[in-house]
Formats: sequence, structure tokens, C-alpha cells
Amino acid sequence: MAKISLQNIKKSYGNVDVIKGVDIDIEDGEFCVFVGPSGCGKSTLLRMIAGLEDISAGELVIGDTRVNDLPPSQRGVAMVFQSYAIFPHMTVRENVAFGLTIAGASKAEKDAKVAEAARILQMEHLLDRRPSQLSGGQRQRVAIGRAIVRKPQVFLFDEPLSNLDAALRMDMRMEIGKLHQQLGATMIYVTHDQVEAMTLADKIVVLKDGKVMQIGAPMDLYHNPANLFVAGFLGAPSMNFLNVEVVGLEGDLAEVSSPVLGKVSVSAKRGPFAVGEAAILGLRPQYITLESGKALMKGKVALTERLGAETVVDIGLGDGTSLIAALPQDAVYTVGSDIAVGFDGDKAHLFKAEALPEKGAH
Amino acid sequence: MAMISGDNHGLRLAVRYTVLLLIALIFIFPLVFMVMSSLKPDQQLLVDASSLRAFLPVGDISLNNYLAAFERAPVGLFVFNSVLVTGVTVALSLLICSAAGFAFVFINWKGRGVILSVLLATLIVPFETIAIPMLLMVSKLPWLGMDGLTWGWLNSYHVQIIPFIADGLTIFLFVQYFKDLPGELIEAARVEGASWWQIYRRIVMPLSGPILATAAILKFLAMYNQYLWPLMVTQEEGYRPVMVGLQYFFQLNIAWGEVMAYLSLITLPVLGFYLYLQKAFIASIASTGVKG
Repeated sequence: MAKISLQNIKKSYGNVDVIKGVDIDIEDGEFCVFVGPSGCGKSTLLRMIAGLEDISAGELVIGDTRVNDLPPSQRGVAMVFQSYAIFPHMTVRENVAFGLTIAGASKAEKDAKVAEAARILQMEHLLDRRPSQLSGGQRQRVAIGRAIVRKPQVFLFDEPLSNLDAALRMDMRMEIGKLHQQLGATMIYVTHDQVEAMTLADKIVVLKDGKVMQIGAPMDLYHNPANLFVAGFLGAPSMNFLNVEVVGLEGDLAEVSSPVLGKVSVSAKRGPFAVGEAAILGLRPQYITLESGKALMKGKVALTERLGAETVVDIGLGDGTSLIAALPQDAVYTVGSDIAVGFDGDKAHLFKAEALPEKGAH
Repeated sequence: MAMISGDNHGLRLAVRYTVLLLIALIFIFPLVFMVMSSLKPDQQLLVDASSLRAFLPVGDISLNNYLAAFERAPVGLFVFNSVLVTGVTVALSLLICSAAGFAFVFINWKGRGVILSVLLATLIVPFETIAIPMLLMVSKLPWLGMDGLTWGWLNSYHVQIIPFIADGLTIFLFVQYFKDLPGELIEAARVEGASWWQIYRRIVMPLSGPILATAAILKFLAMYNQYLWPLMVTQEEGYRPVMVGLQYFFQLNIAWGEVMAYLSLITLPVLGFYLYLQKAFIASIASTGVKG
């Protein structure tokens, strides 16, 4: 049993509130990812779960036990750090067996468990090496090995892949995913990389300024972002936001328009909206199509990025706003040429007008 | 061009080695002078002192000064006392000061900032100013030893050891070193269930080779060169260290050859300790210079 429950968790340093009342329930065996921009409090939250930071207020329950005041070792957690934190003066074998040595395990037990962990992580040949003789990816494996060997109820990962290069990061990401399937343990994973969040998670918790912005399954968050921040944070390239005006309401739909956009009907579920109200229309670049769709916009090509499978086009609309479209397949668009794009209203998101999230916040 | 740059390179090397050699000579001359003089009779020693012969084993060379030094003073006893007092103090100092540094850096407790500041402030207090109050204090302290409970610590080994185990400088050295150790190593050990003592012994100490060597060398030199304090607290010859023993050679007729022989003898433990730690120092750098 390793259900984790965070109830109104708060953390303050003096007068500064870092975590401002967080409620999260993580089911047994679930892979939960905390994601958010730098300084949003995701690592602090993870360290509070690990017991490395005190909890200023609220309840933290792991399994059936309130663990607020328990030291890290009694919480049944194992943690993988961003810097790997493997002990440089010990061999890989000693590193992996460290927790067992501390717990006073017999040599036979240690050998068996280290061998099992080494087999799972395919690092049998590394056991007698020292950390200085390992590559970054191998060190990461050792850190994970040290975590799995004690069979903890909960695994905590603090940006474990951010020190690896892009290719290795993808490999290790898949391995961590596989590991979760193999072990079936509850895992909490902190990252600022939305691709890691989307690919690994059963449940994503999006954080900003110490508050939960939204909790849900990756595709849930992608397709139904609760607010502008989540909408802008998940998905690459990030969502376009256009200032529009509500010109009509009909059931669950709102009709909106703007100087660069004809009238189009979109879902008004994040309302209520009133006719004449200013609102923000969110459009994912992937759902923008060339010269089709119910709503059409005209502009000039400002910049193109040819990625092979798709072409990202930055379109300057008439009123000075820019629109990013990720058009399928490779194509050549001349900078400065006219372009017309469109979208379907049911793929667009209408938000109440509020401060827009900064571009590139993640 | 290649010739010129090659010449430049050779010239630069030559200059560099000449400078290094000169510096080495400056440091080594007093030692050579000491050892050479210890082999000469007083008259020749004084004559040679005005020429380069002072640094050469020429003339009437013998070990007579060494024999005389042993006759004049219990050299073996003094060296034993010094090595014992210094060795025990260094060992206990490394243990206590590193543990104190560990507590200041890794354990979160109220008032640690204030206490560390006070400790650092003691660095500016010269020993001479507290020597007399300390003498009064140790002369009244109780001690439970072989003879049961006794009062006053004078004329003992422990009076030369205990007051010097913990000092601000050594604790400060450890504090600074520990601050640079990656905090995640400590946190990882905590998550793995290690107690503070286990973290200290299994993680922090094995990674502290360089600072242990540095602190040991500094403490060794300070302790081995102790003069004022042992002079104050040991009236009995049996507990006196080498520096106090040097007095024996400046009473009545000063025999410079014997002084030099005595100095040569008491320099040996220091040299040995240096050479030993130099190896440990290099080894510890090699094993801990690991990129996280």
C-alpha cells in the first residue's frame, strides 16, 4: 500500500510562502509527474515528501501513516537526485548496496539483491567500477539501482535526466517507463520538461508559484487545459493565444470574433461568458490547417522552421499579433508571402481574459 | 620560426628551473647547515660559519656531538614525550574538530551560527593572553587516573593534550571544506537510512582526505613546536617535550655542535610525518577528485 496523500501542504521560509496549500492524491502504483517552470516549488514539494524539508503546515500521508514528522529513512521512500549523488569513494556495488549495508543486511542478501538490481538495469559489468569510471548515463543507472534495491514503497525522482544529453535522455526516459511497469511501485517524478511529463505520467500535476494549476492525465491536460497557464505550458510549440470578443452565445457554445478572425463558434465551458466580453482564444499550432477549416485568418509568413515531419510557420497577422502554425509535412513557405490558415472551432479553447502566461516560461 | 620558439621555450624552462632551484636552496640551506654543523667540533663550526664550508661535510667530521647531546639531555625521552603528546592531540583533534565541523554544516540546530561566530572570534585571541588564566584553571582541575581522583593537572601528559584538542582554526577548516561537499550526497545517505554518525563515518570522512591531511600537518607543527605551555605546566623532566629540552643546551657553556645535533634529531619525526602525509595527501586527492 503506497497511496500518497498531500493535504493542504504548505512550506514557508520565514515570511516567504513557497508552497501555498497543495492537495494531491497519488494512487498506489501510479506514475505522477510534477511539472512547472523553474521556481514553481516542484522540487521543494518532492523534498518535503522525501523528508528532506520540513512541512510548515498540512498533512502528508504515505500508505496509512502520517509521515510529517518521520525522518526520510522511515518513510519507505527512495530518491534519485539530479546530480545522481552516488558516493565517489565507493564502487558501484557498494553504492547500490549502501541502504542494505546501513540496514545491516547479510552479505548473501546484499549480493543477491545487488545482482537482481544490476540485471534489471543491465549494469552487471559495472559493479566493480568506481563512479569516476562511469559515463553520465551509467551513473544515473547506479543511482536508480541504489533506489530499487531496497524495494521502497515510493520512488522519488528529482529531474533525473536533466544532466544527460538529448539522445541518452530519451533512452533513459523509456527505461524509467519500463522500470515503472516492471516494479509497479508508486513513482513521483519532478521535471520541467513537458515531453518527459507527457510521455511518462499516469497523472500530471502542473505547478506554478507554489500552487497546483491542474491535475490530470496527460491527454486530459493537453486537450482540456483548465487555464491559460496549463494551456500554454503543455504542448510544443506552445498554444497560440488570440484576443477575441464574445459576440454571441448559444447553449454551450460561444461565438467569438476579432479584427483578424471571422466569426467562429467555440465551446464556452470555461465560462460563463457574456456577450461583448473580451476573452482569449487558444489554438494549438498542430490544429491549424492550411487554407481550410471553418475560420480563416490571413497573414504573412514571418519565419519558417522545417523539421522534416512538420513545418513550423510563424505567421504575422494583420493586427501585429503572431500565430504559430505547425503544418504537416515538409513544405517551403517563402518569408513575406501571403498565407491563409484556418481551424475548427471544436479544437479551439476559449478562456476568460486574464494575464497571459509569458512565452517560453518553461 | 620553430627554432626561435624552441629557443624561447628552452630559455623559459632554464629561467624557471633556476628560480625554483634558488628558492629550494634558500629553504634547504638552513637544514644542510644544521646537519653539517652537527658533525663538526665547535671550533671548526664557528670558523666554517663564515664560508661556504659551513654547508659541506669537510674537516673533522664525527658523530661526537650526537653522543654528547645524548649525555647532556634525555633526548629519547623528550622525543618520545613530544611524539606522544603531538600524536594523541592530532588524532583527537581531527576526530573532535571534524565532528564539530560536521555538526555546524550538516545538522540544523538553533544557535549554530552564533556559536560558530564565537568560535571564529577566538582565532584573534593570542595564546599568551590566556596562558596564565589557563594555567590557574588546569592547576585546579580534577583528574581520574591510575592513582584515583587527584586535583591539578600539572606535570602530566593530559595537561599538554586536552586544552589543544579543539581549536577554532581546525574547526573552521573543516567547516569550509564540508560546505563544498555536494549536499545531495548527504541527503542521499539520509534517504537511504544512514544515521548522522554513519553519514559522518561512511560518507563525509572518506571524502575528507585533503582536509584531514592539511589539518593534521598544521596541528602537528603547532603541537610539536609547543614551548611556552609545556614550560609552564611541566616542572618534572619526565613529561617535557623537545622544545623545552632545548633549554638544556643553553645552560652554562653553550655547545653549538650539540645544539645542532639535538636539532637534527628532533627534526626527524617532523620530516617523517611530512613525507608520510604528503603521500596520503596526493592519494586522497586522486581518489576524491571525482566529478559528481
